[in-house]
Amino acid sequence: MTRPLVTSGASGLLQEEPLIFERSVPGRRAAWPRPLDVPPADDLDPALLRAVPPRLPEVSEPDVVRHHTRLSQRNYGIDAGFYPLGSCTMKHNPRVSEDLAALPGFGGLHPNQPVSSVQGALRVMVELEDALAEITGLDAVTLQPSAGAHGEFTGLLIVRAAHEARGDARRRILIPESAHGTNPASATLCGYETVEVPAGPDGVMLPESVRSLMAPDVAGLMVTHPNTVGLYETHLREICAVVHDGGGLVYGDGANLNALMGVARPGDVGIDVMHVNLHKTFSTPHGGGGPGAGPVAVRAALAPYLPRPVIQRGERLAIDWDRPLSIGKVRSFYGNFGVLVRAWTYVRQMGGPGLSWASRMAVLNANYLRARLGASYEVAFDRPCMHEVILTDRRQRPHGVETMDIAKALMDHGFHPPTVYFPLVVPHALMVEPTESESLDEMDAFVAAMEAVARQASEDPASLHAAPWRSYRRRLDEVLAAKSPDLRYTWPSPEGSASGGD
Amino acid sequence: MQFPKDLKYTPQHEWIRVEGDLGTCGISDFAQDSLGDVVHVELPAVGAVLRARDRAAEVESVKAVSDVYAPVSGTVTEVNEGLDGSEDAVNRDPYGEGWLFRLRLFAPEELATLLDVAAYEAHVAEAGH
Repeated sequence: MTRPLVTSGASGLLQEEPLIFERSVPGRRAAWPRPLDVPPADDLDPALLRAVPPRLPEVSEPDVVRHHTRLSQRNYGIDAGFYPLGSCTMKHNPRVSEDLAALPGFGGLHPNQPVSSVQGALRVMVELEDALAEITGLDAVTLQPSAGAHGEFTGLLIVRAAHEARGDARRRILIPESAHGTNPASATLCGYETVEVPAGPDGVMLPESVRSLMAPDVAGLMVTHPNTVGLYETHLREICAVVHDGGGLVYGDGANLNALMGVARPGDVGIDVMHVNLHKTFSTPHGGGGPGAGPVAVRAALAPYLPRPVIQRGERLAIDWDRPLSIGKVRSFYGNFGVLVRAWTYVRQMGGPGLSWASRMAVLNANYLRARLGASYEVAFDRPCMHEVILTDRRQRPHGVETMDIAKALMDHGFHPPTVYFPLVVPHALMVEPTESESLDEMDAFVAAMEAVARQASEDPASLHAAPWRSYRRRLDEVLAAKSPDLRYTWPSPEGSASGGD
Repeated sequence: MQFPKDLKYTPQHEWIRVEGDLGTCGISDFAQDSLGDVVHVELPAVGAVLRARDRAAEVESVKAVSDVYAPVSGTVTEVNEGLDGSEDAVNRDPYGEGWLFRLRLFAPEELATLLDVAAYEAHVAEAGH
């Protein structure tokens, strides 16, 4: 058996941890409240009352603290090491952003406070709007949407509202096969029928493909730029012109803006409306479900349709609800404000030159990995990429080793697996996005791990089929997990009056 | 990898077996192998009218979700209810027990546009994966 070369995991004190239910001991508890000294409520609808109390785990406070501490120590995140997920921009989250978001003047605000008492918070929001407008090359911004797909949905509602306002309701949206997977879902949710635009042989969209699909009922094109195979859409300017000539609008999915920040502005090539993922490009924490933020930037002509309220500029900032053409609210209050503060901090700390330097380094890092890893893995499109690179298992498959085995084995070598089997246009993809955060040393260690896995694939392929060997759990049965998910604890035997896993 | 000679194929790796004016459709051995273990299948509604290359079904594996297109135009007369809970039939027996849906063809001349086994094998070899 080939021994893994590198590991960054601890090897001693690997503590097994049962479910909290399995720690339960009858009668054990953490808190002993005083007896009830007020009359019990007697006006509750009996139909809504439980006959028996829920059976909860009976545990002490140390049990609870250790349980969750142990689980938290198994968590893996960008603060623990390189997190090479493609299409995710897992970059470092600066601590100064946390400090600012936690200032009492931000963290302690209530969204219903009088506007006169939140001028500083509103100032942060307008400055962030202005920064995003400048970076995207567009004119007006809403900060309300709280995730990327939420931004897509908001942007498409704006597209629809703009068409309807001129009495030209359209029903279809063109979406290239190299678009983010959420795009067709957002378009469908917005009531559009989606039409797929094939990519050309070199991975980018061709103007003639769009021209042949453009029709009077096509509301527009939804393009991810750079696209999900990590390539710059080189014909985008011409493609936008084709869409505009046909009366359509171009939506830009800004999830990959980390490749372009401060270098190229999507608005300049013809994108009319786009979202920006603050939790990716602007370094606010993500993973584990958020919170995120997906602000949407639009051209001036589309500004009247932005969600309301908007912040009215001036010496004193005000909240403007009088927006008759607005698509309405898309979220409560003003979006994920804490995330906005972090993104504003990032922009202010980096400045224009810093942001463009970050994008250039992100692209350089991805190309470094492309060049180094190309020696042991097939590169899907072997030409300069943007912020991410796609490898495949084509050279390992003759040994019976495929993408999933490579991803699992990487854990034994101390690295979190990259994104696998995405994007779908590249069979058996392994997608790596190093971001600007990783140093040359870290990337070299990653390359060494990937090369070790490639050697293992040719010398001892069987060991890879069983990988990972050194993680808390060995290879999981993903078919069983997908087909028969077991998501709810069932107590082994009824006890007392409560039964089953209530 | 098996590609029965009596079937017609599409470049998107669907197959169709024609008997009279009925065509039984599924995904090829290559497609099931590329997808990996199938865990969920969405089938069209019986009675649905599909044009050639319309999205007809969806096959989800542990790796990806993939659309299955109608190889030719037709009305859905039957779907493989037996796959519910036995989705692995698509992997085990893609041309038999793992069939997806049956169409009553209304434009049988479209069959001429599909690939025969030799052309499909060449297509798979070119795809190379």
